[in-house]
Amino acid sequence: MNQNMRNMEYAVRGKVVITADSITSSLKTNPSAYPFSKIIYTNIGNPHSVGQKPLTWPRQVMALVDLPDDVGVDNPNVSKLFPQDAVERAKELKSYMGGCGTGAYSHSQGIRGIREEVAEFIEKRDGGIKCNPDDLFLTNGASTGIGHILTACISGPSDGVMIPIPQYPIYSASLALLGGKQVGYYLDENKEWSASIEELERSLKEAKKNGVNVRAFVLINPGNPTGQVLSSSAISSVIKFCSKHSLILLADEVYQENVYDPNKTFISCKKAATEAGMLGKFEMVSFHSTSKGIFGECGRRGGYMELTGFDPDVQAQIYKLASSGLCSGIPGQVMTSLMVKGPKPGDVSYDSHENEKKTIFDSLKRRAVMVSEGLNSIEGFECNAAEGSMYLFPKVDMPEKAIQEAKKQGTNVDTLYSLSLLEATGICVVPAAGFGQEPGRAGFRTTFLPQEEEMKQAVELFKSHHEQFLEKYK
Amino acid sequence: MISMTARLGLGLARGVSGVGNRAAAYTLRPFSAEPKVLFGQYLANARNTEMLFDSIGDGKEVLTKEEVQAFLEDVKPFIRPEALDEIEAKAAGECLNREYFKKWLVLATRFDSQRNSKMAKYYGMLGEQSGAVHKEPKSWNESTMAQNLRRMQYAVRGQVVMKAETLMAEGKEIIFTNIGNPHSVGQKPITFYRQVLALCDLPPQYGVDHPEASKMFPADVIARAREMQDAIGGSGTGAYTGSQGVLKFRQDIASFIEARDGQPCLPGNIFMTNGASSGIQAILTGLIADMNDAVMIPIPQYPIYSALIALLGGRQVGYELDESKGWSVSTETLKAQLDKAEAEGLRVKALAMINPGNPTGQVLSEEDVFTICKFCCANGIVLLSDEVYQRNVYAPGKQFHSAKKVAMERESELRNLQLVSFHSTSKGLIGECGRRGGYMELYNIDTFVQTQIYKLASAGLCSGVNGQIMTSLMVKGPEEGGESFDLFTKEESEIMESMKRKAKMLVKGLNEIDGIDCEDAEGAMYAFPRIQIPQKAIDAARKKKQSPDTLYAISLLEDTGLCVVPASGFGQADGRIGFRTTFLPPDDVMEGAVEDFKRHHEKFCEQYA
Repeated sequence: MNQNMRNMEYAVRGKVVITADSITSSLKTNPSAYPFSKIIYTNIGNPHSVGQKPLTWPRQVMALVDLPDDVGVDNPNVSKLFPQDAVERAKELKSYMGGCGTGAYSHSQGIRGIREEVAEFIEKRDGGIKCNPDDLFLTNGASTGIGHILTACISGPSDGVMIPIPQYPIYSASLALLGGKQVGYYLDENKEWSASIEELERSLKEAKKNGVNVRAFVLINPGNPTGQVLSSSAISSVIKFCSKHSLILLADEVYQENVYDPNKTFISCKKAATEAGMLGKFEMVSFHSTSKGIFGECGRRGGYMELTGFDPDVQAQIYKLASSGLCSGIPGQVMTSLMVKGPKPGDVSYDSHENEKKTIFDSLKRRAVMVSEGLNSIEGFECNAAEGSMYLFPKVDMPEKAIQEAKKQGTNVDTLYSLSLLEATGICVVPAAGFGQEPGRAGFRTTFLPQEEEMKQAVELFKSHHEQFLEKYK
Repeated sequence: MISMTARLGLGLARGVSGVGNRAAAYTLRPFSAEPKVLFGQYLANARNTEMLFDSIGDGKEVLTKEEVQAFLEDVKPFIRPEALDEIEAKAAGECLNREYFKKWLVLATRFDSQRNSKMAKYYGMLGEQSGAVHKEPKSWNESTMAQNLRRMQYAVRGQVVMKAETLMAEGKEIIFTNIGNPHSVGQKPITFYRQVLALCDLPPQYGVDHPEASKMFPADVIARAREMQDAIGGSGTGAYTGSQGVLKFRQDIASFIEARDGQPCLPGNIFMTNGASSGIQAILTGLIADMNDAVMIPIPQYPIYSALIALLGGRQVGYELDESKGWSVSTETLKAQLDKAEAEGLRVKALAMINPGNPTGQVLSEEDVFTICKFCCANGIVLLSDEVYQRNVYAPGKQFHSAKKVAMERESELRNLQLVSFHSTSKGLIGECGRRGGYMELYNIDTFVQTQIYKLASAGLCSGVNGQIMTSLMVKGPEEGGESFDLFTKEESEIMESMKRKAKMLVKGLNEIDGIDCEDAEGAMYAFPRIQIPQKAIDAARKKKQSPDTLYAISLLEDTGLCVVPASGFGQADGRIGFRTTFLPPDDVMEGAVEDFKRHHEKFCEQYA
């Protein structure tokens, strides 16, 4: 078989999760097999699976878009079930699709009318910087967009991509699969996970020395798993670095709405590049998704990428790649449209929609603080605040005996710890090793997505388990 | 730096062979010795680009004319004569800059210069407002990008379609018969499916539990939506599901397969996918380990196979279907191609079988399926059975036989057959292409490999939930006696009857045209006629560096608005010329289309008489 595939690692759904799944099934047959009644999944940013409710209005519009007219928007009873603005929005979306509806393949870059809405959203977000719908590709979540771009830039085993350490494993996994090299640059935990230019230059120089032809640079902002929100100047220095060394900047901006720290705002790479006078002068791709933010519509597989500064030949080739997959799923395209364009002020659903969004956001914000404070109160834990995204990435001091034990078992201490946590408490986290970290560091990633009561309990459980663990490996 | 338009547009010699086995040993030697081998490898699978570039002139910046000549001499057999003329004129008596030479090489190996320049023009047109403009040379460009992507071809959305989109933007009416996208050409979605889907997406208090739900939705729709919401669990349609898909849906699929085949099926072996394409991609990713790994594909074939193999850097080995025998294939043909491939040092890992055929429309008999299974079995080849048209069988007396059924019924003769079968919600009578639903079933696949496929699926998290719902609906419709059953049956049979009628009418109409011959469309959604055109047209195409069927298809498009796919995009016997057309547009449109085919063919022949 393909050895690249064998070598690919995907920690978010790795050993700990598989164990969690098997515990779930054994709990079904024997509810008293473990000291808990169910698994708390904090391994993955999958909000709806841990109790977050979907926003009502987008679901109503989506349902109407899927229904044939006579049993949907034109049904005489439609107003009994659906608000007026949902009906109108559904009609608008249907008009973008011509007579084809949601059951036909669309243009390979996505439905034109929806791309225009996305372009408008980006212009508004960035304070008026122009966005051309023809540079937008609607994708199945951010993942397929990332896959397309990496596919187009990795030509052989000597091609490499700079990725942060720690990083979200989709990058390392895709690179392994494509047979390219990952070139890690360390984020500094002591400086709120920022990366210094010295570190970037060091990493690049070392890669070049090893014969790696570095093609691209991945920036995740807000960070995953690290949760930091980058300042404008931090982004600018990355942009200059990329431009200086002719690297394609992949800006993973899927958490752009998840910023909790009141002193921080999300600044897009496009905006920072414009301010630095660099927009269009180097290649940049920005990714967004319907899976995160407030929507959390992971199952929908919606998202987009925006290309700027590209050679038209290469852009045409990326179009070809998109067209070989025919098009991204229409439900995902529809959800992307609804994410970038909600009900207008004055519409029937405006207030309820905004309220639902605010409730989700405020609760996430509270949980971000509560969980990080809780973790920091445990002796041996150190955890930076989650300024943004959906994760905390604490560092855990491990007893030497546990480290030895892990070695003996042929695993790492992160995994040993995470499995112990899982079996003792039912909390399913991801070992930090799956994201990469500095040698000698140990820890895990947890989301703060489960509902508040459950999250409070989880904090207690983190604490009691840690004490048990220390006791065991004293 | 040369500009886009000034770049040389040169065609590619096809059918490179005889370099694979030599190439294997080659990586250990200095490259400059044998650029020919590297060039052959580059043409075949776009691997080792950098090595090829490095081999030119031993890495010097400027090449002497002797070096240029020596290189051209080496690569001559791989380049079309007219392309060579141009190169030699350019290179005669000149020292060439190495950078220039690299660029030229990229251009000299374009599949279809015309199409690429159209693509560039397509973007050039947008260029004024777009970020994608040639201001300064980019580091990521045609010669530095992944060459296996650059050299991947995808005909269904190629040059003719782009032209059609341009014409449409100019206001011309286009009939898209290039792609099996039924809803885009007037086929109505099936009401029951859409109603259940809509209810599944609505939060319960606004949907199934809404006091007035029954004013809009039939009772069996509500019941089914409830059942599905229970199956998905509290997280609803907005969460990732398990990587293989929702268990209950996989159970529905397994029951469907059991009822279809009369043989057991395990939900654990089912992977739900985004259409069949992503399943095919996952399997090929798992199979192609290096550049000597090959997949046997039918000629003609649906280009997803050739495109993905190119992208993954593997090799394709074609086996020709015999048009004179209803597009069937014999063991002898298969064996001959396998032997030839092995003699070239290739390792054939898999074989793709498309039944009913695309673009060829044949429905394989049980014996035909057995023959192919037996061949795979005997040679340790994994069979990829593309069965997305299994419900599209029109010819009286013909029946679909799944590879899985044949494999299990005749297990004693087919021991150890490794099989992956694909199905999709995009075709059949359901035609829900935009939904991206589908599944694959693994049969007798090594457990370790299967866990790796699972890992790959989990890196994509899961297939779209709406596609999963649609797949469950496709395999399990409304129950008899329910409120929706009659409407459902009526809608399905109308679609089926109409396809049957149109398949017959189109093939009959095409065969009545002098110079066009077309096999029966026993199944699928396509007719794949061959055409006879005057020599002058063939010469004109050559002059334009186009295939003759591209010239024909563009002429047809400009004249009639009919958008078909040139047959060369699917591969065909040497010297054959033709196109693929669907018969999906409504009856009256198809009737008009048949007349247009006739009128245009006569005009075309006259024009080039």
